Amino acid sequence: MSLGSVPLKYKISIDRDQCMKCMRCVDNCSYGVYRVEDDRILIDSRRCTACHRCISMCPRDAIMLQEKPVDYRSHPLWTAEAREDIINQARTGKIILAGMGNAMDYPIIFDRLVLDACQVTNPSIDPLREPMELRTYLGKKPAKLEFTKSDKGDIELKTELAPNLKLETPIMIGHMSYGAISLNAQLSLAKAVAKTGTFMGTGEGGMHESLYPYQKNMIVQVASGRFGVDINYLERGAAIEIKIGQGAKPGIGGHLPGEKVCSDVSCTRMIPLGSDAISPAPHHDIYSIEDLAQLVRSLKEATEWKKPIFVKIAAVHNVAAIAAGIARSSADAVVIDGFRGGTGAAPKVFRDNVGIPIEAAVAAVDQKLNDQGIRNEVSVIASGGIRNSADLAKSIALGADAVYIGTASLIALGCRVCGNCYRGLCPWGIATQRPDLVDRIDTDVGSQNVANLIHAWTLELSELMGAAGINSIESLRGNRERLRGYMLDEGMLNVLKVDPVGA
Amino acid sequence: METMTIDAKGMHYTPLNKMIREAVASGVREIVINNVLGQRFIANGLRSNVRITITGVCGGDLGMFMSGPECIVRGDCEHAPGNTMDNGTIVIHGSAGDAVAHSMRGGRVFVRGDIGYRGGIHMKQYEQKRPVLAVGGTTHAFLGEYMAGGIIIVLGMGHEVAVKDRGIGSGIHGGEIIIRGDVEDRLLGVGATKVKFSEDDLKRLSPLITEFCEYIEVDPSRFLDTGYTRIIPASSRPFAGKYTWE
Repeated sequence: MSLGSVPLKYKISIDRDQCMKCMRCVDNCSYGVYRVEDDRILIDSRRCTACHRCISMCPRDAIMLQEKPVDYRSHPLWTAEAREDIINQARTGKIILAGMGNAMDYPIIFDRLVLDACQVTNPSIDPLREPMELRTYLGKKPAKLEFTKSDKGDIELKTELAPNLKLETPIMIGHMSYGAISLNAQLSLAKAVAKTGTFMGTGEGGMHESLYPYQKNMIVQVASGRFGVDINYLERGAAIEIKIGQGAKPGIGGHLPGEKVCSDVSCTRMIPLGSDAISPAPHHDIYSIEDLAQLVRSLKEATEWKKPIFVKIAAVHNVAAIAAGIARSSADAVVIDGFRGGTGAAPKVFRDNVGIPIEAAVAAVDQKLNDQGIRNEVSVIASGGIRNSADLAKSIALGADAVYIGTASLIALGCRVCGNCYRGLCPWGIATQRPDLVDRIDTDVGSQNVANLIHAWTLELSELMGAAGINSIESLRGNRERLRGYMLDEGMLNVLKVDPVGA
Repeated sequence: METMTIDAKGMHYTPLNKMIREAVASGVREIVINNVLGQRFIANGLRSNVRITITGVCGGDLGMFMSGPECIVRGDCEHAPGNTMDNGTIVIHGSAGDAVAHSMRGGRVFVRGDIGYRGGIHMKQYEQKRPVLAVGGTTHAFLGEYMAGGIIIVLGMGHEVAVKDRGIGSGIHGGEIIIRGDVEDRLLGVGATKVKFSEDDLKRLSPLITEFCEYIEVDPSRFLDTGYTRIIPASSRPFAGKYTWE
């Protein structure tokens, strides 16, 4: 017997009195919700993904969207989603694929942490009038400095410094590959980081030649598939990142489906047109911390020890011990990607159930590295679910040197977090390779929007720091005294090394 | 042509590589390195048409990211010679460890002896770039795992059966694995399929087999027949049917 259809996810309706039949909705919807018959716009709500493209383009605000228009019998355990996933898998026998970050209703630790401000006993600082030092250096810091004194009495630094990245603000854009996102999306991000004095990741899809003008602001990635990796690529990057894991899908690799491997993606990744690009779960030359050290050193040796090497891992149970191992591998920075990290496609069961939150992970890593006296050996970069400047400030206070943003930067390009990235039909021109959709991004406008976002968060961070009487990012880093936990349990407060409110 | 000889005894790999780079930059096209004992990363990321002759045992990642040079090793290699190599030739007159030619995208790795596990893992090709891994002896399990392009040839010299370890071509979705003699079905990995080695294949691959034999100083004539097994991917889209949308 057939299982029949499941109810609509979204219901679209048009206010016919408002509608002027400009047909922008018809033109803009790449999922085929709208069609025109006999001068009337017909709606197929079943195709809707709630991407909001039509709504944002409608000049009359005539389009309405309702989520879950059909009720199930309510049940606290057997939610509509639980039932529908079973129906889907009973039909197909397959793994459920989902886009964007973790969609489960876990408590958000960031929202249970509050920041401090000065009152009476120490003065706050006005960042408009006084310098606020946000410049951040990523990479190894020497444990001690040695100097020599010349005959003339000049003091010279004797210690050889390891290469560091210089950021004007502790906000970077994380790795989203060409293939997962479009070239215009990557170009917009690249122009934005060049404008704001920070960095972005290439992802593991190689670097398209139109990004070469921005290469000094780009971190190139070496992942298990080694797509697009050759010596030229490694030398182009300001830094090199070894991707071990990703917060959205810890422990598994990635598969860029053949449909997304168009000619330009194919030449950037250096793989045949239309073939699946498979990134295996592990790097097959890394089966231990010693092997990781070998890859780190191999990359340094290939680039003559001129580039910082980052290692990115997903935040998992023993993240602190793993990060301590990485800190001893000659790596210059460790990137911790929390379980809310985004993705173009991940098995839903992984996205929603594997890994731990970034707040706990970054605090545990910072603490462990401090306990072992090796915090100076690596910078710590937090990523995965950073939504605003408060999350940024809290991440730094928990011990991060800088953050990677991903989803937030895409929202600045139009993304509405509909989570259908894996379909390749993104109407905002972000997660697609279809030329007519990619053309929807004007990279000058897009880059300005992303730069605006980075600028706005930077301003807010300065204000937050000033209010707390802090004038340098260094003094906020790992400064848990500036945080209090609100309605967090004792176990969690111990992990975060944060006192409760009132204490 | 200018030749340079380096005695690597007791030398760390960083100064060794620095010497190689400086020599190449100054126009040296022939380098001889003696007394190599475990130094890793030799010729790592090197771009040149230099020939490097190494006597001794190389450490891991010989010629990683290398683009152009010819490295002749009179001895054995530790793991992953030719790792993510772009172009050039590595000839190993001894044996090599695991993950030989890992993710190699161009050039050739010729090994006269045996190799370890996961040889040729995730080799890939693009247009004219077709990497070759040729092995004179035998290989351990998971030969050509995740292979996405290029050619692996195994001659099985000195062994009754060329390859008798399992998981051959596990997850293969491009390229081909050519093994001397017959290969038992139970040794094939998921996604790999066995096809007949035809006269056309022989015609196509004879120059390569001959060249390999010349490099490893073996008479090619006994290898120029159709007595091979050809292993290719069952599909170029192994994961196409695995997922359903949310």
